[in-house]
Amino acid sequence: MYAYDTLDRTFVAQRTAQFREQVRRRLANELSEDEFKPLRLRNGLYLQLHAYMLRVAIPYGLVSADQLRALARIARRYDRGYGHFTTRQNIQFNWISLKDAPDILNDLAAVEMHAVQTSGNCIRNITTDQFAGVAADEIEDPRPWAEIIRQWSTNHPEFSFLPRKFKVAVTGSASDRSAMRVHDIGVRLVRGIDGAIGFEIWVGGGLGRTPMIAQLLRGFLPKEHLLGYLEAVLRVYNVEGRRDNLYKSRIKILVSTLGIERFRDLVEAEWTLTSGPGLRLETAGIARMQSHFRAPPYADMPGRSREFEAKRLEDSAFARWAKANLFPHKQPGYAAVTISLKPIGGVPGDLTAAQMDAVASLADAYSLGEIRVTHRQNLVLAHVPQDRLHDLWRALDALDLATPNLSRATDIIACPGMDYCGLATARSIPVAQRLSERLAALDEQYDLDQLSINISGCVNSCSHHHVGHIGILGLEKGGAESYQVTLGGSSAEDAAVGRIIGPGFGAEDVVDAVETILITYLGQREDSERFLDTVRRVGQDPFRRALYKQP
Amino acid sequence: MQIIRLIEGQPATDIDVWTRIDDGEPLPEYAPTMVSLARWRSGRNDLVRRNVAVGVRLASHETLEGLAGDLERLDLIALDFPNLNDGRHFTTARLLRERHGYRGEIRATGQVLRDQLFAMARCGFDSFDLQAHQSAESAREAFSEISVVFQPAADGRTAAHAIRTGGAGAHFSAS
Ligand code: SF4
Repeated sequence: MYAYDTLDRTFVAQRTAQFREQVRRRLANELSEDEFKPLRLRNGLYLQLHAYMLRVAIPYGLVSADQLRALARIARRYDRGYGHFTTRQNIQFNWISLKDAPDILNDLAAVEMHAVQTSGNCIRNITTDQFAGVAADEIEDPRPWAEIIRQWSTNHPEFSFLPRKFKVAVTGSASDRSAMRVHDIGVRLVRGIDGAIGFEIWVGGGLGRTPMIAQLLRGFLPKEHLLGYLEAVLRVYNVEGRRDNLYKSRIKILVSTLGIERFRDLVEAEWTLTSGPGLRLETAGIARMQSHFRAPPYADMPGRSREFEAKRLEDSAFARWAKANLFPHKQPGYAAVTISLKPIGGVPGDLTAAQMDAVASLADAYSLGEIRVTHRQNLVLAHVPQDRLHDLWRALDALDLATPNLSRATDIIACPGMDYCGLATARSIPVAQRLSERLAALDEQYDLDQLSINISGCVNSCSHHHVGHIGILGLEKGGAESYQVTLGGSSAEDAAVGRIIGPGFGAEDVVDAVETILITYLGQREDSERFLDTVRRVGQDPFRRALYKQP
Repeated sequence: MQIIRLIEGQPATDIDVWTRIDDGEPLPEYAPTMVSLARWRSGRNDLVRRNVAVGVRLASHETLEGLAGDLERLDLIALDFPNLNDGRHFTTARLLRERHGYRGEIRATGQVLRDQLFAMARCGFDSFDLQAHQSAESAREAFSEISVVFQPAADGRTAAHAIRTGGAGAHFSAS
């Protein structure tokens, strides 16, 4: 993983000191809240319903065991003993007081972490595939590129006051696990016609009030030009993006207003003028960055572990977990393990300090001391020898972290909603909890695999409900919560925005509605067809009839 | 009125010698004169004939379009920030310095916050209209809080990436 050098350490230390001074000026009233707001936001600090929330950056979701232990300490010392992992592969602490924030940033800096640009109208944390570097279908590891972009975007003087937030995802595989096409920019490693590896650049994806799927901006960009090209895109956006209306200020609106061709012309024209040597990446620099992400020292092992096969036959609970939560590893004899943060009836993405410490120890013991956060709010131990999977599973089970539900009906993505978030129009956590309880049995009986249910507490769509196979959006109607349901969304390579099925449901009825949808699916599905494919094949009518009791 | 000025990269407090002339107002005889883009366009000949320094101020939605050929006649370009969030002129300043090679003064006016000064300086601004309630002493410190930069900009600082590959300025340089 990327290791800081003196320059990185100096920057983070100076930035922390700078923020401490800004907080001091705010507390002494030398800064008004209006003036302070953009400053605290770009340091990860939000004002929520009950307290400040601090969002800590986890660049492309990668943390070391020591860093996770530091997060556990922060959860204990400054929060209420837990943290919440987000769809941006970050972690949020929900009960922070302003005066503590500089000390927390200090503690983070000690383990090479920070909260820089996790909020505000700037380039946000770069996200990627949680299986980067281990996936067999990978063209190239996307993490060095994510880190190159992260550094370039850090404290970028020109792009610190953009029209709106700006999110970039990078993927190195054909199957997109990074939700690249719902980002402002999606960068995808591809092989060009002559065999050289470069990038596809996608632009204008995003959710919120006006969900859009990114369009292809450039089919092939040579590697050395990545930053020059991104700078051109950002510059066009900074100048041309709307600033008069919060809901029309994302780059997706600019792209759709101009049309992709016109937007492309502007970018290419800008790029030919900015593509001087200043931002060109040299081979040596790329290689140095890649060396930070070299494959760890794996042991030589047979491709199939006898131990693992035997335990699977012996222990059906283990077999069930192994079926759901393992991902094939490119190194023979290894597997990537997903730790579900979606216990039945639990709060999606929450982890207690004690669990963080325990996961850190397990990462040290089983997975080369490294943990990854996924955009589905789960954790991954990416390098586990198959021989040791059963031991690991037992340890996880004892921590209540072995729920065998990855990408299943109860692997629900939910934002904090009305329980914490100042922008919420409805609760999302309690809905997720009740749904999880209701669907657990149905899943066990009918194998509700490859299903994504996403719940957002307002139109900002932090849980990406538009691209959930089943999306739930909590609104407020006449003083009561009303949940709007969409079907058929996807954030993968077949990205699509789901369609609203009909009138919303009250808080009491939405769980029944989802159950009805799934029962309808079970009646319609052919063989082991995914929910999404059934919806695409049969359309919305059967679901609508079942939900609204139409003939 | 007080401004902050960067002199060879070092911030100093200075007196503002420029007179802002509104559209329709008569031109002063001697004082360095700052006019709007519209006034510059309509009264360009009168303005240059006087042999007095001329500056143009651009509102946040105005760009350099049509102004590139005039730059060498302008001693000052004032870029206005109507609020804390409008960052368009960060781009304008970089374009002035890096694309057009403008050597005159680039001033930030309007809602200029102490905590934006560093980014502004990196983009090529070299003078700043500080709002009355902000402390000049504290503002001067804003330029030296951060010493590491991660991308080339108009200030010619060497980015971290270039320092690491050893070619100070050879790789990531802006000159
Ligand atoms: S979707 Fe809305 S309620 Fe949920 S976290 Fe985002 S802003 Fe808050």
